[in-house]
Amino acid sequence: MAPSDTTATEAHPTGLAPGLPGVAADWSSDQRAFKNVPWGKAMMWIFLLSDTFIFSCFLISYMTVRMSTTVPWPIPSEVFALSFGGEPIPLILIAIMTFILITSSGTMVLAVNYGYRMDKKKTTILLLITALLGASFVGMQAFEWTKLIVEEGVRPWGNPMGASQFGATFFMITGFHGFHVSIGVIFLVLVARKVWRGDYDTGKRGFFTSRKGNYEIVETMGLYWHFVDLVWVFIFAFFYLW
Amino acid sequence: MAHAEGQQHPLGVYIKVWGLLFVLSTFSYLVDYYHLEGVLRWSLILLFMFLKAGFIIAVFMHIKWERMALSLAILVPPVVLLVFIGIMSIEADYTFLTRGIFFGAGA
Repeated sequence: MAPSDTTATEAHPTGLAPGLPGVAADWSSDQRAFKNVPWGKAMMWIFLLSDTFIFSCFLISYMTVRMSTTVPWPIPSEVFALSFGGEPIPLILIAIMTFILITSSGTMVLAVNYGYRMDKKKTTILLLITALLGASFVGMQAFEWTKLIVEEGVRPWGNPMGASQFGATFFMITGFHGFHVSIGVIFLVLVARKVWRGDYDTGKRGFFTSRKGNYEIVETMGLYWHFVDLVWVFIFAFFYLW
Repeated sequence: MAHAEGQQHPLGVYIKVWGLLFVLSTFSYLVDYYHLEGVLRWSLILLFMFLKAGFIIAVFMHIKWERMALSLAILVPPVVLLVFIGIMSIEADYTFLTRGIFFGAGA
Protein backbone atom coordinates (compact mmCIF):
# COMPACT_ATOMS: atom_id res chain seq x y z
CA MET A 1 0.00 0.00 0.00
CA ALA A 2 3.03 2.29 0.26
CA PRO A 3 3.02 3.54 -3.37
CA SER A 4 -0.64 4.55 -3.25
CA ASP A 5 -0.07 6.45 0.00
CA THR A 6 2.51 8.60 -1.67
CA THR A 7 0.08 9.40 -4.50
CA ALA A 8 -2.52 10.35 -1.90
CA THR A 9 -0.26 12.92 -0.30
CA GLU A 10 0.63 14.25 -3.72
CA ALA A 11 -3.04 14.60 -4.61
CA HIS A 12 -3.80 16.86 -1.64
CA PRO A 13 -2.35 20.34 -1.41
CA THR A 14 -0.09 20.79 1.57
CA GLY A 15 -0.97 22.87 4.60
CA LEU A 16 -4.05 20.87 5.66
CA ALA A 17 -3.94 18.86 8.89
CA PRO A 18 -4.48 15.08 8.51
CA GLY A 19 -6.56 12.71 10.70
CA LEU A 20 -8.88 13.74 13.54
CA PRO A 21 -7.37 17.23 14.03
CA GLY A 22 -8.04 17.61 10.30
CA VAL A 23 -11.73 16.70 10.80
CA ALA A 24 -12.12 19.34 13.51
CA ALA A 25 -10.24 21.93 11.47
CA ASP A 26 -12.26 21.22 8.31
CA TRP A 27 -15.67 21.39 10.00
CA SER A 28 -14.82 24.46 12.06
CA SER A 29 -13.22 26.43 9.24
CA ASP A 30 -16.48 28.28 8.51
CA GLN A 31 -15.87 27.91 4.77
CA ARG A 32 -16.29 24.49 3.16
CA ALA A 33 -16.14 21.30 5.18
CA PHE A 34 -15.33 18.94 2.30
CA LYS A 35 -12.01 20.18 1.00
CA ASN A 36 -10.51 18.88 -2.25
CA VAL A 37 -13.99 17.72 -3.29
CA PRO A 38 -16.00 19.52 -5.99
CA TRP A 39 -19.50 20.43 -4.76
CA GLY A 40 -21.17 18.11 -7.29
CA LYS A 41 -19.29 15.14 -5.89
CA ALA A 42 -20.10 16.08 -2.27
CA MET A 43 -23.78 16.36 -3.21
CA MET A 44 -23.66 12.99 -4.97
CA TRP A 45 -22.26 11.48 -1.76
CA ILE A 46 -25.07 13.05 0.30
CA PHE A 47 -27.60 11.61 -2.16
CA LEU A 48 -25.98 8.17 -2.01
CA LEU A 49 -26.07 8.32 1.79
CA SER A 50 -29.82 8.94 1.69
CA ASP A 51 -30.20 6.16 -0.88
CA THR A 52 -28.32 3.86 1.50
CA PHE A 53 -31.07 4.40 4.05
CA ILE A 54 -33.81 3.69 1.50
CA PHE A 55 -32.26 0.37 0.45
CA SER A 56 -31.56 -0.46 4.10
CA CYS A 57 -35.23 0.07 4.92
CA PHE A 58 -36.17 -2.39 2.15
CA LEU A 59 -33.65 -4.98 3.28
CA ILE A 60 -34.55 -4.60 6.96
CA SER A 61 -38.28 -4.97 6.21
CA TYR A 62 -37.38 -8.07 4.18
CA MET A 63 -35.51 -9.41 7.23
CA THR A 64 -38.53 -8.66 9.43
CA VAL A 65 -41.08 -10.48 7.27
CA ARG A 66 -38.76 -13.41 6.65
CA MET A 67 -38.07 -13.82 10.38
CA SER A 68 -41.70 -13.45 11.44
CA THR A 69 -43.41 -15.74 8.93
CA THR A 70 -44.51 -19.17 10.17
CA VAL A 71 -44.56 -20.54 6.61
CA PRO A 72 -41.23 -21.79 5.20
CA TRP A 73 -39.43 -19.26 2.97
CA PRO A 74 -38.98 -20.38 -0.68
CA ILE A 75 -35.40 -21.59 -1.26
CA PRO A 76 -33.79 -18.94 -3.52
CA SER A 77 -31.19 -21.43 -4.75
CA GLU A 78 -33.97 -23.53 -6.30
CA VAL A 79 -36.33 -20.71 -7.27
CA PHE A 80 -33.62 -18.95 -9.28
CA ALA A 81 -32.10 -22.08 -10.81
CA LEU A 82 -31.90 -22.18 -14.57
CA SER A 83 -31.63 -25.22 -16.80
CA PHE A 84 -29.78 -25.23 -20.12
CA GLY A 85 -31.25 -28.47 -21.41
CA GLY A 86 -29.82 -30.58 -18.58
CA GLU A 87 -29.75 -30.39 -14.78
CA PRO A 88 -30.84 -27.01 -13.40
CA ILE A 89 -27.85 -24.93 -12.28
CA PRO A 90 -28.58 -23.02 -9.05
CA LEU A 91 -28.55 -19.21 -9.19
CA ILE A 92 -26.69 -19.22 -12.51
CA LEU A 93 -28.46 -16.20 -14.00
CA ILE A 94 -27.93 -14.21 -10.79
CA ALA A 95 -24.23 -15.13 -10.84
CA ILE A 96 -23.91 -13.94 -14.44
CA MET A 97 -25.71 -10.70 -13.53
CA THR A 98 -23.30 -10.22 -10.62
CA PHE A 99 -20.28 -10.65 -12.88
CA ILE A 100 -21.74 -8.27 -15.45
CA LEU A 101 -22.21 -5.58 -12.82
CA ILE A 102 -18.67 -6.02 -11.50
CA THR A 103 -17.30 -5.84 -15.04
CA SER A 104 -19.23 -2.62 -15.59
CA SER A 105 -17.79 -1.19 -12.35
CA GLY A 106 -14.31 -1.92 -13.71
CA THR A 107 -14.96 -0.20 -17.03
CA MET A 108 -16.47 2.75 -15.14
CA VAL A 109 -13.40 3.19 -12.96
CA LEU A 110 -11.23 3.14 -16.11
CA ALA A 111 -13.51 5.73 -17.72
CA VAL A 112 -13.00 8.05 -14.73
CA ASN A 113 -9.25 7.56 -15.00
CA TYR A 114 -9.07 8.27 -18.74
CA GLY A 115 -11.44 11.19 -18.21
CA TYR A 116 -8.92 12.92 -15.98
CA ARG A 117 -6.29 12.24 -18.64
CA MET A 118 -8.60 14.06 -21.08
CA ASP A 119 -8.61 11.03 -23.35
CA LYS A 120 -11.96 11.69 -24.98
CA LYS A 121 -12.04 8.60 -27.18
CA LYS A 122 -11.22 6.04 -24.50
CA THR A 123 -13.49 7.71 -21.94
CA THR A 124 -16.44 7.69 -24.33
CA ILE A 125 -15.90 4.08 -25.35
CA LEU A 126 -15.54 2.92 -21.73
CA LEU A 127 -18.66 4.85 -20.68
CA LEU A 128 -20.63 3.28 -23.52
CA ILE A 129 -19.40 -0.22 -22.61
CA THR A 130 -20.48 0.45 -19.01
CA ALA A 131 -23.92 1.56 -20.25
CA LEU A 132 -24.19 -1.51 -22.47
CA LEU A 133 -23.34 -3.86 -19.58
CA GLY A 134 -25.87 -2.03 -17.41
CA ALA A 135 -28.53 -2.40 -20.09
CA SER A 136 -27.81 -6.13 -20.41
CA PHE A 137 -28.16 -6.42 -16.62
CA VAL A 138 -31.62 -4.85 -16.80
CA GLY A 139 -32.46 -7.13 -19.74
CA MET A 140 -31.56 -10.23 -17.73
CA GLN A 141 -33.59 -8.92 -14.82
CA ALA A 142 -36.58 -8.52 -17.14
CA PHE A 143 -36.07 -12.13 -18.24
CA GLU A 144 -35.85 -13.26 -14.60
CA TRP A 145 -39.04 -11.39 -13.67
CA THR A 146 -40.91 -12.80 -16.67
CA LYS A 147 -39.85 -16.34 -15.84
CA LEU A 148 -40.90 -15.90 -12.21
CA ILE A 149 -44.25 -14.31 -13.02
CA VAL A 150 -45.29 -16.41 -16.03
CA GLU A 151 -43.74 -19.82 -15.35
CA GLU A 152 -43.48 -19.97 -11.55
CA GLY A 153 -46.60 -17.96 -10.76
CA VAL A 154 -44.94 -15.62 -8.26
CA ARG A 155 -47.11 -12.65 -7.30
CA PRO A 156 -46.56 -9.83 -4.77
CA TRP A 157 -49.32 -11.38 -2.63
CA GLY A 158 -48.42 -15.04 -2.95
CA ASN A 159 -46.55 -17.83 -4.70
CA PRO A 160 -46.74 -21.62 -4.94
CA MET A 161 -43.35 -22.21 -3.22
CA GLY A 162 -43.88 -20.93 0.31
CA ALA A 163 -44.21 -17.73 2.35
CA SER A 164 -46.40 -15.24 0.48
CA GLN A 165 -44.17 -12.28 1.44
CA PHE A 166 -41.46 -13.63 -0.90
CA GLY A 167 -42.93 -11.99 -4.01
CA ALA A 168 -43.57 -8.61 -2.38
CA THR A 169 -40.03 -8.24 -1.05
CA PHE A 170 -38.45 -9.65 -4.23
CA PHE A 171 -40.27 -7.31 -6.62
CA MET A 172 -39.77 -4.31 -4.35
CA ILE A 173 -36.05 -4.78 -3.75
CA THR A 174 -34.90 -5.95 -7.18
CA GLY A 175 -37.35 -3.59 -8.89
CA PHE A 176 -35.98 -0.57 -7.08
CA HIS A 177 -32.43 -1.67 -7.82
CA GLY A 178 -33.23 -2.29 -11.49
CA PHE A 179 -34.75 1.19 -11.64
CA HIS A 180 -31.47 2.61 -10.32
CA VAL A 181 -29.52 0.71 -12.98
CA SER A 182 -31.86 1.97 -15.73
CA ILE A 183 -31.47 5.60 -14.63
CA GLY A 184 -27.71 5.02 -14.46
CA VAL A 185 -27.64 3.71 -18.05
CA ILE A 186 -29.48 6.82 -19.28
CA PHE A 187 -27.05 9.14 -17.49
CA LEU A 188 -24.02 7.15 -18.70
CA VAL A 189 -25.14 7.66 -22.29
CA LEU A 190 -25.70 11.39 -21.65
CA VAL A 191 -22.27 11.83 -20.07
CA ALA A 192 -20.65 9.77 -22.85
CA ARG A 193 -22.23 12.07 -25.44
CA LYS A 194 -20.95 15.16 -23.62
CA VAL A 195 -17.44 13.73 -23.35
CA TRP A 196 -17.43 12.79 -27.03
CA ARG A 197 -18.67 16.24 -28.07
CA GLY A 198 -15.89 17.84 -26.00
CA ASP A 199 -18.22 19.72 -23.64
CA TYR A 200 -15.83 19.20 -20.75
CA ASP A 201 -12.87 20.58 -22.70
CA THR A 202 -14.61 23.70 -23.98
CA GLY A 203 -16.62 24.33 -20.81
CA LYS A 204 -19.91 24.28 -22.75
CA ARG A 205 -22.84 25.02 -20.48
CA GLY A 206 -25.27 22.19 -19.74
CA PHE A 207 -28.78 22.34 -21.23
CA PHE A 208 -30.41 21.88 -17.82
CA THR A 209 -28.15 23.48 -15.20
CA SER A 210 -26.49 25.97 -17.60
CA ARG A 211 -23.28 25.40 -15.64
CA LYS A 212 -19.92 24.61 -17.13
CA GLY A 213 -18.99 20.98 -16.75
CA ASN A 214 -15.61 19.29 -16.52
CA TYR A 215 -14.24 15.78 -16.19
CA GLU A 216 -15.14 15.64 -12.49
CA ILE A 217 -18.66 14.86 -13.68
CA VAL A 218 -17.39 11.52 -14.96
CA GLU A 219 -16.16 10.72 -11.46
CA THR A 220 -19.47 11.79 -9.89
CA MET A 221 -21.26 9.57 -12.41
CA GLY A 222 -18.87 6.79 -11.41
CA LEU A 223 -19.79 7.17 -7.73
CA TYR A 224 -23.45 6.57 -8.59
CA TRP A 225 -22.60 3.56 -10.73
CA HIS A 226 -20.39 1.95 -8.08
CA PHE A 227 -23.13 2.53 -5.53
CA VAL A 228 -25.54 0.55 -7.71
CA ASP A 229 -22.97 -2.26 -7.79
CA LEU A 230 -22.53 -1.94 -4.02
CA VAL A 231 -26.26 -2.31 -3.37
CA TRP A 232 -26.28 -5.40 -5.56
CA VAL A 233 -23.56 -6.95 -3.36
CA PHE A 234 -25.93 -6.69 -0.39
CA ILE A 235 -29.00 -7.88 -2.33
CA PHE A 236 -27.02 -10.84 -3.68
CA ALA A 237 -25.89 -11.82 -0.17
CA PHE A 238 -29.11 -11.29 1.74
CA PHE A 239 -31.80 -12.14 -0.79
CA TYR A 240 -30.26 -14.73 -3.10
CA LEU A 241 -27.67 -16.50 -0.96
CA TRP A 242 -29.15 -16.36 2.55
CA MET B 1 -3.47 18.31 -17.36
CA ALA B 2 -5.77 16.79 -14.76
CA HIS B 3 -7.89 19.03 -12.60
CA ALA B 4 -6.34 19.81 -9.22
CA GLU B 5 -9.24 18.25 -7.27
CA GLY B 6 -9.59 15.06 -9.32
CA GLN B 7 -8.93 11.57 -8.04
CA GLN B 8 -6.18 10.10 -10.17
CA HIS B 9 -4.43 6.89 -9.33
CA PRO B 10 -2.34 4.29 -11.15
CA LEU B 11 -4.43 1.84 -13.16
CA GLY B 12 -2.75 -1.12 -11.45
CA VAL B 13 -4.69 -0.59 -8.20
CA TYR B 14 -7.99 -0.69 -10.06
CA ILE B 15 -7.12 -3.77 -12.07
CA LYS B 16 -6.05 -5.66 -8.94
CA VAL B 17 -9.23 -4.77 -7.05
CA TRP B 18 -11.28 -5.61 -10.13
CA GLY B 19 -9.76 -9.08 -10.25
CA LEU B 20 -10.24 -9.50 -6.51
CA LEU B 21 -13.95 -8.65 -6.81
CA PHE B 22 -14.33 -11.39 -9.43
CA VAL B 23 -12.64 -13.90 -7.15
CA LEU B 24 -14.76 -12.90 -4.14
CA SER B 25 -17.97 -13.11 -6.19
CA THR B 26 -17.00 -16.57 -7.37
CA PHE B 27 -16.38 -17.62 -3.76
CA SER B 28 -19.76 -16.35 -2.60
CA TYR B 29 -21.43 -18.15 -5.51
CA LEU B 30 -19.60 -21.37 -4.59
CA VAL B 31 -20.99 -21.08 -1.03
CA ASP B 32 -24.40 -21.69 -2.57
CA TYR B 33 -23.21 -24.13 -5.22
CA TYR B 34 -21.72 -26.50 -2.64
CA HIS B 35 -24.78 -26.20 -0.38
CA LEU B 36 -22.85 -25.10 2.70
CA GLU B 37 -25.25 -24.85 5.63
CA GLY B 38 -25.69 -23.18 9.00
CA VAL B 39 -23.20 -20.86 10.68
CA LEU B 40 -20.47 -21.64 8.13
CA ARG B 41 -22.74 -20.56 5.25
CA TRP B 42 -23.86 -17.31 6.92
CA SER B 43 -20.43 -16.30 8.12
CA LEU B 44 -18.89 -16.92 4.68
CA ILE B 45 -21.68 -14.97 2.94
CA LEU B 46 -21.15 -12.03 5.31
CA LEU B 47 -17.36 -12.21 5.03
CA PHE B 48 -17.33 -12.11 1.22
CA MET B 49 -20.06 -9.44 1.22
CA PHE B 50 -18.19 -7.09 3.53
CA LEU B 51 -14.90 -7.64 1.69
CA LYS B 52 -16.52 -6.83 -1.66
CA ALA B 53 -18.37 -3.81 -0.27
CA GLY B 54 -15.20 -2.59 1.43
CA PHE B 55 -13.07 -2.78 -1.70
CA ILE B 56 -15.72 -1.05 -3.83
CA ILE B 57 -16.10 1.80 -1.32
CA ALA B 58 -12.40 2.16 -0.53
CA VAL B 59 -10.87 1.94 -3.99
CA PHE B 60 -13.53 2.31 -6.69
CA MET B 61 -15.32 5.10 -4.82
CA HIS B 62 -11.98 6.60 -3.69
CA ILE B 63 -12.87 6.83 0.01
CA LYS B 64 -9.37 5.57 0.82
CA TRP B 65 -7.94 8.75 -0.68
CA GLU B 66 -10.55 11.27 0.48
CA ARG B 67 -10.10 13.59 3.45
CA MET B 68 -11.26 12.10 6.74
CA ALA B 69 -13.98 14.77 7.13
CA LEU B 70 -15.79 13.41 4.07
CA SER B 71 -15.19 9.72 4.88
CA LEU B 72 -16.63 10.11 8.37
CA ALA B 73 -19.64 12.09 7.11
CA ILE B 74 -20.45 9.19 4.77
CA LEU B 75 -19.47 6.14 6.79
CA VAL B 76 -20.63 7.03 10.32
CA PRO B 77 -24.39 7.75 9.78
CA PRO B 78 -25.16 4.23 8.42
CA VAL B 79 -23.97 2.81 11.77
CA VAL B 80 -27.37 3.73 13.26
CA LEU B 81 -28.80 1.07 10.95
CA LEU B 82 -27.43 -1.52 13.38
CA VAL B 83 -29.86 -0.20 16.01
CA PHE B 84 -32.68 -0.38 13.45
CA ILE B 85 -31.75 -3.98 12.62
CA GLY B 86 -31.70 -4.81 16.33
CA ILE B 87 -35.12 -3.28 17.00
CA MET B 88 -36.69 -4.96 13.98
CA SER B 89 -35.29 -8.41 14.78
CA ILE B 90 -36.77 -8.19 18.30
CA GLU B 91 -40.06 -7.12 16.70
CA ALA B 92 -39.92 -9.99 14.19
CA ASP B 93 -39.24 -12.54 16.94
CA TYR B 94 -42.22 -11.22 18.89
CA THR B 95 -44.49 -11.39 15.84
CA PHE B 96 -43.34 -14.94 15.15
CA LEU B 97 -44.07 -15.90 18.75
CA THR B 98 -47.56 -14.40 18.78
CA ARG B 99 -48.34 -15.99 15.42
CA GLY B 100 -47.34 -19.33 16.90
CA ILE B 101 -49.66 -18.78 19.87
CA PHE B 102 -52.69 -17.48 17.97
CA PHE B 103 -52.56 -19.46 14.72
CA GLY B 104 -51.14 -22.70 16.11
CA ALA B 105 -47.50 -23.71 15.74
CA GLY B 106 -46.81 -23.22 12.02
CA ALA B 107 -49.35 -23.25 9.21
